Amino acid sequence: MTTTVTPVPPYTPPASPAPQPTPEFIPGAPPPATVWADTWRGIAAENPVLVQMLGMCPTMAVTNSLANGIAMGIATMFVLVGSGLFVSLLKKYIAHEVRITSYILIIATFVTLADLLLAASFPEISKALGPFIPLIVANCLLLGRAEAFAAKVGPGRALADGIGMGLGFTLALSAMSAIRELLGRGSLLGFDILGPHFEPWVFMVLPPGGFFTLGLLLITAAWIDERRRRGREARAK
Amino acid sequence: MSNLAWIFVSTIIVNNFTLVMFLGLCSFFGVTAKIETAWRLGLANTFVLIITALSAWILNTWVLTHAPYLRTIAFIVVIASAVQIVEMGVKKYLPVLFRQLGIYLPLITTNCAILGLALFQTSRRYTLAEGMVFALGAGLGLTLALSLLASIRERMEVAEVPVIARRMGLVLVASSCLSLAFMGFAGMGSQ
Repeated sequence: MTTTVTPVPPYTPPASPAPQPTPEFIPGAPPPATVWADTWRGIAAENPVLVQMLGMCPTMAVTNSLANGIAMGIATMFVLVGSGLFVSLLKKYIAHEVRITSYILIIATFVTLADLLLAASFPEISKALGPFIPLIVANCLLLGRAEAFAAKVGPGRALADGIGMGLGFTLALSAMSAIRELLGRGSLLGFDILGPHFEPWVFMVLPPGGFFTLGLLLITAAWIDERRRRGREARAK
Repeated sequence: MSNLAWIFVSTIIVNNFTLVMFLGLCSFFGVTAKIETAWRLGLANTFVLIITALSAWILNTWVLTHAPYLRTIAFIVVIASAVQIVEMGVKKYLPVLFRQLGIYLPLITTNCAILGLALFQTSRRYTLAEGMVFALGAGLGLTLALSLLASIRERMEVAEVPVIARRMGLVLVASSCLSLAFMGFAGMGSQ
């Protein structure tokens, strides 16, 4: 009896899937999130002033009246959005070694734009803010967002982050300047609020008042956090 | 001469860069946990401030008269390069100091005191000598403020503090008191 040997088919490796274009690996890229989450983060959970403590100099220096605080916030938001968008669009063309200098140049360009626009449209506010508009360049918030966020995501997310951080910054500045102007001058946006019998606390519009107001805001925020934490623990028990 | 002396004293005490004019607050809160690093960073800042004053004067005299709208960009580029050059020089010739300063040296670029100095020097139209004295006074004022806050913070480490004020809150209130003390000099020399 002859055994028939069935010929072994030659080995063929399993068909490998077509090579997928691997997404470009960027170290330290933020996890994916919706546009809404990107915007909201800057306003609340990572508020630049109250949580991250970035951009302290303008926060203290220009918040002695509400108009100045709002103008500073909007100017910073303009630079944040513009520089974030450009950093995100140009990230492929910027060599790693010179990235910080390139970001600073992009930021400085937008700051110059903001400075000239403000001087042309609101000369009084521009005069009141003085050198603090060009000083936006040295605001660590801008370089921080360019390096940590805008350089690692697409232009849409960078835009959302810029708007969120800008709004968070504007809100914090408005809150501080409202407190300082109300207590220090008895007025808001120049309108008399507290009446003629109110003795203004001049301290609040002087430099020490800036440190003091922010300190009180931070202590209040910590107090609210602490109460919430205690409430959660009580409910857990 | 008395003009120079007055600029020097006024920048250190009356218009202290950090406590009265709010410049360089990031390092003021960031590196004042220890008094050692605080005054070392202050001295490094002083050095960069003097170099910046010199570069800003050169730019103002020969370049920016033709293109005033380039002021911000020109200053920041010059400051970034100056910091880079100082960093390389210190690394090559003073390696011990380089190790002690560490990350704080490159961070001086984003210190608003440096750019602020260049801008104030421009708007006040200081001459070269006045600018140098202004920079020296600003640097020493910065060092003074950093050392003072660092001493207070070292003392606060061992103090009994309510939970809610344990982080930056109390530091800010303490700097407020410090700033209030410096306000006592306000108006000095204005007569």
